[in-house]
Amino acid sequence: MTMQPHSPTFTLGQIEQGPPCCEPIPHLSIKGLSVRYGAQTVLDEVSLDIYKGCITALIGPSGCGKTSFLSTLNKMTDAISHAHVTGSIHFDNNNILDAQTNVLQLRRRIGMIFQKPNPFPLSIERNLELPLKEHGIKSRKVRKEKIEKALRDVGLWHEVSDRLNTSALALSGGQQQRLCIARAIILEPEILLMDEPCSALDPISSGIVEDLIIRLRGDYTVIIVTHNLAQAKRVANYAAFFWMKERVGKLIEFGQCQHLFDTPQHELTAAYISGAKG
Amino acid sequence: MPSRSASNIRLADQCFSVLIMACAAFVTITLIWVLGDIVIKGASHITWSFITSEPSDAGRSGGIGTILVSTLLILCVALGAAIPIGLGVAVWLSEFTVQHSRFSNTVGTTLDVLAGIPSIVYGLFGNAFFSLYLGLGFSILSGGLTLACMILPIFIRTCESGLSAVNNDWRKGAQALGMSRSAAIWHVLLPAAAPAIIAGLILGIGRATAETAALIFTSGYVDRMPGSLLDSGRALAVHIYDLSMNVTGGDNAAYASAFVLITLIILLNTTAQSLIDRWFSQRIYAS
Ligand SMILES: Nc1ncnc2c1ncn2[C@@H]1O[C@H](COP(=O)(O)OP(=O)(O)OP(=O)(O)O)[C@@H](O)[C@H]1O
Ligand SMILES: [Mg+2]
Repeated sequence: MTMQPHSPTFTLGQIEQGPPCCEPIPHLSIKGLSVRYGAQTVLDEVSLDIYKGCITALIGPSGCGKTSFLSTLNKMTDAISHAHVTGSIHFDNNNILDAQTNVLQLRRRIGMIFQKPNPFPLSIERNLELPLKEHGIKSRKVRKEKIEKALRDVGLWHEVSDRLNTSALALSGGQQQRLCIARAIILEPEILLMDEPCSALDPISSGIVEDLIIRLRGDYTVIIVTHNLAQAKRVANYAAFFWMKERVGKLIEFGQCQHLFDTPQHELTAAYISGAKG
Repeated sequence: MPSRSASNIRLADQCFSVLIMACAAFVTITLIWVLGDIVIKGASHITWSFITSEPSDAGRSGGIGTILVSTLLILCVALGAAIPIGLGVAVWLSEFTVQHSRFSNTVGTTLDVLAGIPSIVYGLFGNAFFSLYLGLGFSILSGGLTLACMILPIFIRTCESGLSAVNNDWRKGAQALGMSRSAAIWHVLLPAAAPAIIAGLILGIGRATAETAALIFTSGYVDRMPGSLLDSGRALAVHIYDLSMNVTGGDNAAYASAFVLITLIILLNTTAQSLIDRWFSQRIYAS
């Protein structure tokens, strides 16, 4: 395969051939992470590194603990009283799971996008303004600038700039999801967690959101859960395959996305991606 | 036979529809009758001086000016106490206690029982607690606080169920953005629950404005202009009760007062609704 002069900075093709799309610098270092709900272990001893500026896709059958894994990374599991998380997640030389972690600050640095778009029942502008105010940005002018920038970044500005004061719930599903992404990136996080961000959207909106996610690569470290293997192949640099044995989720294989899909090392992975299982 | 059973079903259907329509008609006619009675017998006595002047001759003549003032003061005290306490308790119940735990179920049942207690019992309680124990005597303050106790259970319940019905995705969204719990409640959940809060408030205003029994022993009968919240003041509903039960020849004034009372309730509800609507839409849309 020859390099085209105007090819985007990151393509999957380059991973195999030249240098990796991004330096494999661990941004999050996860060691022996286990999640229990009450007595039921749903995720057992997961260890992997999430690389800076890359998109890591989490794939695997329903119920294998992908959402649980994701919510330990920004401590959303704290809100579930019967959830117990053990192991360590190193981020910036600190263990996220330590009790003294400032959760509100952590969530500013690690944003999250949900499966169902969840803009607040407020105006478009207020949706973006609330998190800014909450994180101490007092100047109205600065907020306005940041709001415009975030909306431009997600390609929503020209669609909504004339109705910033109308309800965000009046937007289409795809627009709502892009607004949620704007709401997350307006806080300038380093990492974005996305839990099946396209699965509630129609194919066209889904494609637009997917393009947006690809454009985030390099600027943000993205971890995306998806059931759509083709999508994982299209967007991700790295992929992690989770599987469930006796209701306990395990990480089976982790590697560069194309390698994982082309030459899976584990037979479960091979069976899952060929559609034979899961 | 299929055709026969089909016609039987049709007959049953028709009977049922007729029954339902009869019920609906009964309710509507009763309402129109009561309202019509009051409007016909009351509206003709309404004059500006009736609304503004003091009652005289035990209410047979004169007006209801001082009574309107007392009524509004009592209502202000009641709402001023009930709204912050009610919202606080509702937020605490829906956001800070475990849903469906034994504790929250107990509190819920208690509130339901309290909401069903006859208002005269609240009156006796208010008399014993606010008037005598706290030494507030027969006053607008004790009357208003008694009314607050009376409307609190139902107000808390409506607000609480409104808050619990708020989409959980918004809670998670606020959490994931690193918003504090109080900010999420104040900026997202309460505006989202606004319709339920308005409904609870309208119920409360309706009950409080129309209340007689709870006020007789707490805010009293005095029909002079109250000088302060510690003065006794006669509420409109108490006035109507007094005119129709104790004052011979007070019927005209009673009808006129009832007409004013109904107008007042309608007016208060629409103002409350539009005020809150505006307040919340400011929170929703303004930047
Ligand atoms: N709050 C909770 N309390 C108890 N069990 C839970 C809770 N959340 C998830 N589980 C259980 O943990 C397991 C993993 O769930 P999780 O949502 O992480 O899976 P998932 O891989 O995201 O599945 P899906 O692809 O369907 O979203 C499931 O068996 C689920 O029933
Ligand atoms: Mg999931």
